Amino acid sequence: MEIPYTVKARPDTGLYNAKVGLWLFLASEVMLFGGLFSSYVLLRVGAPGGLWPRGWLNIPLGTLNTILLISSSITITFAWAALKSNQFGRFKVFLGTTLLLAITFLGIKSFEYRDKLSHYQVTLNSGQVVDGHLVERTADHLVLHGVEADSPKAFLDRRSREFRQLQHEEFKLATAEVKKVEAYKPRMNTYLALYWTMTGLHALHLVGGILVMGYFWGPGSRMWHTAPEHFTNRIEIAGLYWHFVDLVWVFLFPVLYLL
Amino acid sequence: MQTAIQSMPHGAAHAEPHAEPGFLRQYVFSTDHKVVGIQYGLTALIFLLFGFFLMLTMRWQIAHPGQPVPVVGPLLEAVLGQVAKGGMMSPDLYNSFGAMHGTIMVFLAIVPLAVGAFGNYLVPLQIGAIDMAFPRLNMTSYQFYFLGGIIMFASFFIPGGAAQAGWTSYPPLANAIPTDGQTFWLLGMVFLITSSLLGSVNIIATIIQLRAPGMTWMRLPFFVWAQFVASFLLLLAFPPLEAAGVMQLMDKVAGTSFFLPTGLAVGGAVGQASGGGSPLLWQHLFWFLAHPEVYVLILPALGIIAEIIANNTRKPLWGYKTLVYAALALGFISFIVWAHHMYLTGMGTTIATFFQTTTMLISVPSVIILTCLLISLWGGSIRFNTPMLFASAFLPMFGIGGLTGLPLGFSYSDIHLHDTYYVIGHFHYVVAPGTIFALFAGIYFWFPKVTGRVMNEFWGRVHFWGSLIFMNVVFMPMFVQGLSGMLRRMSDGGATYALRPDVHELNRVILWGAVCLALAQIPFIINFFYSIARGPRVTSDNPWNATTLEWQTPTPPGHGNFDKPIQVYRGPYEYSVPGASKDFTPQNELPAKA
Amino acid sequence: MSGHSPGNAPVQIRKYLAIFGLMLLATLMTAGASYIPFGNRSINVIVALCIAGFQAFLVLGHMMHLLSEKKMIYGVLAFTAIFLVCMFALTILAHHDLPGATAD
Repeated sequence: MEIPYTVKARPDTGLYNAKVGLWLFLASEVMLFGGLFSSYVLLRVGAPGGLWPRGWLNIPLGTLNTILLISSSITITFAWAALKSNQFGRFKVFLGTTLLLAITFLGIKSFEYRDKLSHYQVTLNSGQVVDGHLVERTADHLVLHGVEADSPKAFLDRRSREFRQLQHEEFKLATAEVKKVEAYKPRMNTYLALYWTMTGLHALHLVGGILVMGYFWGPGSRMWHTAPEHFTNRIEIAGLYWHFVDLVWVFLFPVLYLL
Repeated sequence: MQTAIQSMPHGAAHAEPHAEPGFLRQYVFSTDHKVVGIQYGLTALIFLLFGFFLMLTMRWQIAHPGQPVPVVGPLLEAVLGQVAKGGMMSPDLYNSFGAMHGTIMVFLAIVPLAVGAFGNYLVPLQIGAIDMAFPRLNMTSYQFYFLGGIIMFASFFIPGGAAQAGWTSYPPLANAIPTDGQTFWLLGMVFLITSSLLGSVNIIATIIQLRAPGMTWMRLPFFVWAQFVASFLLLLAFPPLEAAGVMQLMDKVAGTSFFLPTGLAVGGAVGQASGGGSPLLWQHLFWFLAHPEVYVLILPALGIIAEIIANNTRKPLWGYKTLVYAALALGFISFIVWAHHMYLTGMGTTIATFFQTTTMLISVPSVIILTCLLISLWGGSIRFNTPMLFASAFLPMFGIGGLTGLPLGFSYSDIHLHDTYYVIGHFHYVVAPGTIFALFAGIYFWFPKVTGRVMNEFWGRVHFWGSLIFMNVVFMPMFVQGLSGMLRRMSDGGATYALRPDVHELNRVILWGAVCLALAQIPFIINFFYSIARGPRVTSDNPWNATTLEWQTPTPPGHGNFDKPIQVYRGPYEYSVPGASKDFTPQNELPAKA
Repeated sequence: MSGHSPGNAPVQIRKYLAIFGLMLLATLMTAGASYIPFGNRSINVIVALCIAGFQAFLVLGHMMHLLSEKKMIYGVLAFTAIFLVCMFALTILAHHDLPGATAD
């Protein structure tokens, strides 16, 4: 028993099954991320007082990650092209490169996440706010390396001249004078909530893609010797999915890092 | 050679004359669409019964607030403890049961039955395919559904019990309730949504790619069209709810404020949330799914009814193409009506006008479909067997459900009726004597194909008349209660409100109606299981003399479905063709030589 | 892609390299543009979204081969696009149309 059109295209639609399935899946993914982006727009437009953080993320790292993901998108296309022209060795090289690029992306992303987890905003009883990375924390004091201001509003736009003029130094704060300690976790404000949720979901998509591509690079690639056409189709499908992951990032990057 | 599309290389060795697969492979981890369909069907029927049981205990509490629930009260106390102290339903337990009744009925019972069971079993058969396009994905989608169901079911037994914020889970209420039930609900929903997505991708891809030679789009049975549109609704409407579910989960677990406004006070104290969120955002994303979801509930039912009516009137469906275009229009418009659930949220007149207009527009294709089905009866020599009885009762019942929806579609009348029992009555007329009747009809109709045996006609009729009468006893009084202003979701059935005493009295009528409705299901349950084992065997592969392809298979169909290659020559409803030798012409019958 | 490029196996590597170059350029442009004070932040938003739109066109049109895809796929995506736009537009509009605020 054999399901038709797994390899060859059905004449009237011109498509093979997996391609139809994948585009349908991508349509639903569009709606998934669409739901998140429309939440972003709604929450940002309706933000109390029109205040929205800016420049809270590392733009050079974000740009680097964008470039990595775009490159990986190109290399998986080359991997597929290599199969098309019957060069299995070349395919291995390019798919391997794609995997490495994807893993590097995740590495940089987790570095960014860790940076946010060690970043604190401390409100003092005096009303002063200290914002910076944690150096040391003991029972009776904590040490932050960062900046100080009269109100958290000063930290909203970190690309403004005013913010950049603030002195970076080390602050030693006694626990007694501290009113509130807050890390840059999702709960801190709506912007960070969106940042963590959207990039987290995107990272999950990357992990899924890496697992599938890893399988096709490793044990799954044996199929090339028994059913080359079917295998080529699979790589094409994996590529389509991967381009979509890239596409989502192309929007996430400006929306979260730049604007 | 390529075996199943998702299969790994070892599948290639799985050559044609294979050994009989083991029990697990054949019944539990099967990739055969028929087995998956049956798995969906049985699981969903169990959830249907369970959801019904939740409702029964709630109806007791509404009719007799604060009195111990008879029969099951001690059981509730033994299993759930404090919340059912002395066998009484506490308000918390009532809220849990209410929320879970809705969730279970919609997401775990009816959709899986209509799309998961009927869709999976029948779509490949009706289009002449050997299986779904992605059999392994199909199995996975059932497993996700099953896991989601387990999570939902398990949430009853955790400390604090299941979710209490209604099946709609509106924040900030859903966040403010300090128990973990809501977290379980959200996790369960993520699994159920994933399952629906995989299932709908599969059904759509199957219909597009695996139609048998000659099976053009306009030769598809209407049931297949209905599944096609319903799957598209699932595919595109569910993901925004998945996004919303993830956000609410973040609110619940990571302490974010996607749906929590600034300065939110719970129990008189301002919460710790950072604020800046929007409770209305949840409502938008929820209803963006949940309105199309209503059409996911209805369309497959309409598809089943269409098949049964054509078969039992022995006539072609009246206006097949009209039906198809109406179903497509219905699916399209259903995406832009959602905010008619939100007139009371402080919506301006401009946007309310837009949604009122689209809501009135969507009633047009619904009426067209119903009219086509009604006219199909005209002049037929109707066989009133059990499936046909259910199908013919479906039409007026669904009609009542649909027409009572019109006042809810206008913001002026909706503001009065919103959140009253009128809404409950309207929705249940659509789904209970509507969709569930269609599902019953479908079970009686396709039972001979699935099991090779026939269900008992007499007990079928008992089941039908009992269900029809008591469905109306249960739901008709709700219109009266709602119009007189009785609110829903009150654990004392509105006793704290000064309503006319006879409006309260109706609660007892409904309770006993519901009990009798439960009794009326007993013949069905016994009939169902008895007939699987002992029912009279069918003597033909096509006992109803039907035209569609699922009846051209061996009974029950084996792995691979058809024992001969299928070529389709004609449309799906060639009944009583003038000049033909018999009153039905199967789709794959060779045309007579001119 | 057994569907629409049968035979001409050596896929146009050069075309992909050109697209790669354009994508990199666009990325640098969007990062760079965010440093330019246009006077109004909404101009920055528009510029960034236009560049992202251009990148999306490159990815969808050329890398995912949508420009030469089959009708069936177009149909699916057209409906998806319509519903996506409806979701964005109607939620935002509903949020800004409040009772008491007359339409005109």
